[in-house]
Amino acid sequence: MGDKKINKPRRIIIREEYCMGCRLCEVWCIVAHSKSKDIIKAYKGQEPRPVSGIYFEERGAISFTLQCRHCEDAPCLEACLTGAMYRDKKTGMVLHNKDKCVGCWMCIMACPYGVIKPDFKEKKVASKCDLCIEREFPACVEHCPNEAIILVNKKGERIDKE
Amino acid sequence: MRKRLIPDIDYRVPSACGVTGIMNQKGELFSGEAIYASICNMLERGNGLGSGFVAYGIYPELKDYWCFHIMYENEKAKENTEDYLKRNFGIKHSEPIPTKKVKSLKFIPLLWRYFLGIEKNVESAEDYIIKVVMDINKEIEGAFVFSSGKNMGIFKGVGNPDEIGEFFRVPEYKGYIWVSHNRFPTNSVGWWGGAHPFGILDWSVVHNGEISSYGVNKRYLENFGYFCTLSTDTEVITYLFDLLVRRHKIAFETVGNILSAPFWSQIERIENKEERELLKTLRMVYGPALVNGPFSVIVANSSCMVGLNDRIKLRPLVAATKGDFLYISSEEAAIKIVSPQLDKVWMPRAGEPTIGKLM
Amino acid sequence: MAIPKKLREFDVVRDDEKCIRCEVCCRMCANDVHSYDAETDKVSADSAKCVGCHFCEDVCPTEALVIKRNKSQIKRNANWKNDALGNIIKQANTGGVVLIGMGNDRPIRDYFGHIVLNASQVTNPSIDPLREPMELKTFIGSKPDRIELVEKKSKIKNTTEIPPQLELETPVLFTAMSFGSISLNACKSLAKAACDFGTYWNTGEGGLHKDLYPYAHRCIVQVASGRFGVDREYLKKGAAIEIKIGQGAKPGIGGHLPGEKVSAEISSTRMIPEGTDALSPAPHHDIYSIEDLRQLIFALKEATDYKKPVGVKIAAVHNVAPIASGIVRAGADFVVIDGIRGGTGAAPQIIRDNVGIPIELAVAAVDQRLREEGIRHRASLIAAGGIKSSGDVVKAVALGADAVYIGTAALVALGCHLCQRCYTGKCNWGIATQDPYLTKRLNPEIGAKRAYNLLRGWSLEIKEMLGGMGINAIESLRGNKEQLRGVGLHEKELELLGIKHAGEAW
Repeated sequence: MGDKKINKPRRIIIREEYCMGCRLCEVWCIVAHSKSKDIIKAYKGQEPRPVSGIYFEERGAISFTLQCRHCEDAPCLEACLTGAMYRDKKTGMVLHNKDKCVGCWMCIMACPYGVIKPDFKEKKVASKCDLCIEREFPACVEHCPNEAIILVNKKGERIDKE
Repeated sequence: MRKRLIPDIDYRVPSACGVTGIMNQKGELFSGEAIYASICNMLERGNGLGSGFVAYGIYPELKDYWCFHIMYENEKAKENTEDYLKRNFGIKHSEPIPTKKVKSLKFIPLLWRYFLGIEKNVESAEDYIIKVVMDINKEIEGAFVFSSGKNMGIFKGVGNPDEIGEFFRVPEYKGYIWVSHNRFPTNSVGWWGGAHPFGILDWSVVHNGEISSYGVNKRYLENFGYFCTLSTDTEVITYLFDLLVRRHKIAFETVGNILSAPFWSQIERIENKEERELLKTLRMVYGPALVNGPFSVIVANSSCMVGLNDRIKLRPLVAATKGDFLYISSEEAAIKIVSPQLDKVWMPRAGEPTIGKLM
Repeated sequence: MAIPKKLREFDVVRDDEKCIRCEVCCRMCANDVHSYDAETDKVSADSAKCVGCHFCEDVCPTEALVIKRNKSQIKRNANWKNDALGNIIKQANTGGVVLIGMGNDRPIRDYFGHIVLNASQVTNPSIDPLREPMELKTFIGSKPDRIELVEKKSKIKNTTEIPPQLELETPVLFTAMSFGSISLNACKSLAKAACDFGTYWNTGEGGLHKDLYPYAHRCIVQVASGRFGVDREYLKKGAAIEIKIGQGAKPGIGGHLPGEKVSAEISSTRMIPEGTDALSPAPHHDIYSIEDLRQLIFALKEATDYKKPVGVKIAAVHNVAPIASGIVRAGADFVVIDGIRGGTGAAPQIIRDNVGIPIELAVAAVDQRLREEGIRHRASLIAAGGIKSSGDVVKAVALGADAVYIGTAALVALGCHLCQRCYTGKCNWGIATQDPYLTKRLNPEIGAKRAYNLLRGWSLEIKEMLGGMGINAIESLRGNKEQLRGVGLHEKELELLGIKHAGEAW
């Protein structure tokens, strides 16, 4: 998988009927957002382990993951005081700039899906799905063994791995 | 004779060959010189281990009698066979087949011909003749009937076609259909009966090829009571023609669609639904009769001569006409040497029968 | 006394250097092998519980896991092996019949492995399937021995009635596996693959779930001794009907789907009350003889207006050839012979391992017998039980089969690793289970694609082998024993298979 920065709108779709609850999406989300991008180093090395941008929900046999929906009408954008939360013009994604973040957590309060995670130590936003903007294919989509997480384009057509 | 001279009865011997056939579609007789010249122009296609001729219309005075050409290993076999024939037929006439001495030929058997009338009350003369021929060939040691039709005859042996033609004095006969064969077997065979044409009743077949579907075709024919005893591809093809044309009454045009069936992709492209369904049904029902592998074959009987290729034309076959004459041959050169100025020359397409009929 | 424990079959080997404590294995194992201890921050395994399905190995993101066979071994003994001992221990514990899933795993001679194929050299050109047409189209159904043609207005017409046929693009079908023995997602996967490729799948004795209706036009519906799910609509929906008399894995034995697996969906599909055991009797209680079979065949033909082929499936047993001949004479349009290596969702192990004969010998015997009796054309012959590769398909067809059924191979394409624990209902791969936790692991979109790929790959390979022989249509291979030679088989075996030994020419 190349690490070309993508410049087209895309969207992640969750199919809960195929989610087997393995939580490998979380594992690979962490790896993808780590410094080394190496699974062993990310988990067992000296570098700080990032926080997964994925929320996993489960009750009984039903499970699914949830990540930032990149809403068209995003309340977190409205709530952000400093402009740390911004919309990428090309892709339409809602992204977060840690340098500008002051840790007021208004975005966390505003998010109707609860998919932004706080960082208690640094008092900043710890993690939010960036749709793996640095990668051609989001890590969770690429590694879901059952294709429960899929990627679609603007028209809703599925984008498959090569 | 079996043990010493019939290795190709026990084994299938792949052969490459030259085949050629000439027919006058008005039934006018012409001399064997033409076919002799034609096959001798393709000596390269054989290796001296078998060749032969078949001619139709050569015994006009005795045309109502079944003519058996028989080869014997020894006098004993001849005696036994003649006893058998006397018991089962009225023998109108018998004589040695006239031959000329050709020094290079070896293992020459005794060669006799008999003109026979069926005096018994039999249901079907054809089935009776088939039974008799199979009986003699199987039961009487050292005897082999290699021609058994009316007003036609097969002449064949181990040698080059020029030698065999000269030996049997082929140019001296006159017929309206002539077919000849030059054989290139892949191991040495020494039995004269193993040469081609192969014939039963007035059917004769010459064949160039190796049939990959032999195992299927042979077992399919067993379903209908044909038992292939000679282990040759030609025998299988002959029986398939007999089954389809004589017993199932299917026209030659349609037989081509069975033996060299069109591909499914071709069938699907046919617009006429009935035609499409017919071809589909033929393949479905007669699938085991599909002859697979490379072949070009010339089949003849008293009223027609048919050339046919395998379904992807892996062996050569060319056809031509000149007036009432139809020529079918492995090579154009073998036609041109007989008739340099032709009306039409064409390469029959894979699986498309070239049919000559008496007008 | 000290009660002997179950003999450990597998060792779960974990590379602690690689284990990142992600707990995927802990979450995924339906047999509760793996567990994480937060106190020590260690993931450990209870190897005794491991069935060897390798699911954890496949989902472990760091490849930290390896499942290995047989660490706990008894003293070397030529007669007593772990298996025998293990079964006795189990039985001493429970006093019951030892159950097992999948096909026979004993080293019964694999005749396919002792047969080699021919190829063209010099005298006959081989054909390149990438450049020339190569045809695998196969028809399953009864054929007339000849057709009557009439010429009308210079057009040739066929006047012979052709019985109904199944049209296959490749001589491979998916065998009977019921919804119940496998999950609905597994059924969907195979059904969709069969439709996409142009072959057929089989309901088994599980009825036809309404989610499978879109695939019914390429479905063979089974009528077995329990008659589960059989009604007029079921018969009419299918493309063909198969009467199941026996199964290679358990000839002479019925079926038993325990009540706990009979969920609402299965209950409505099989038409039995929820939670009750689904018992298929050993024989059909309306078929105690061949003439009874004839009645059922024609009852089914009547019910479907003679528009669908009706076949009969039997296990390959000693008397298979005469039985098959009787079945053809009873009016079956196709006969399925299931050999001793045929699979199952559950069978008594002692039956699976000891009853029946290999499919290679059975197919050759049946084909030969039908030919000798002149009735080979009256029914198609489908071989089943132990077809592991396209090479086996080619050999089975050359031995006389019209087509083959695959079951185990198809499940392997869906993930199965042949742990043989289908009967537990805890299939981690989501195949042989009805547990909603587990069934969702098999995404039918992926399953259908993989099963389709298997059909495609095998078909390409079959074409390569045909081309090598110089054959460009599968019908020229059917029963073509000239293309086969035995290696290391003795005379009787060669005679029964009807083939020559390698080294013999034509």
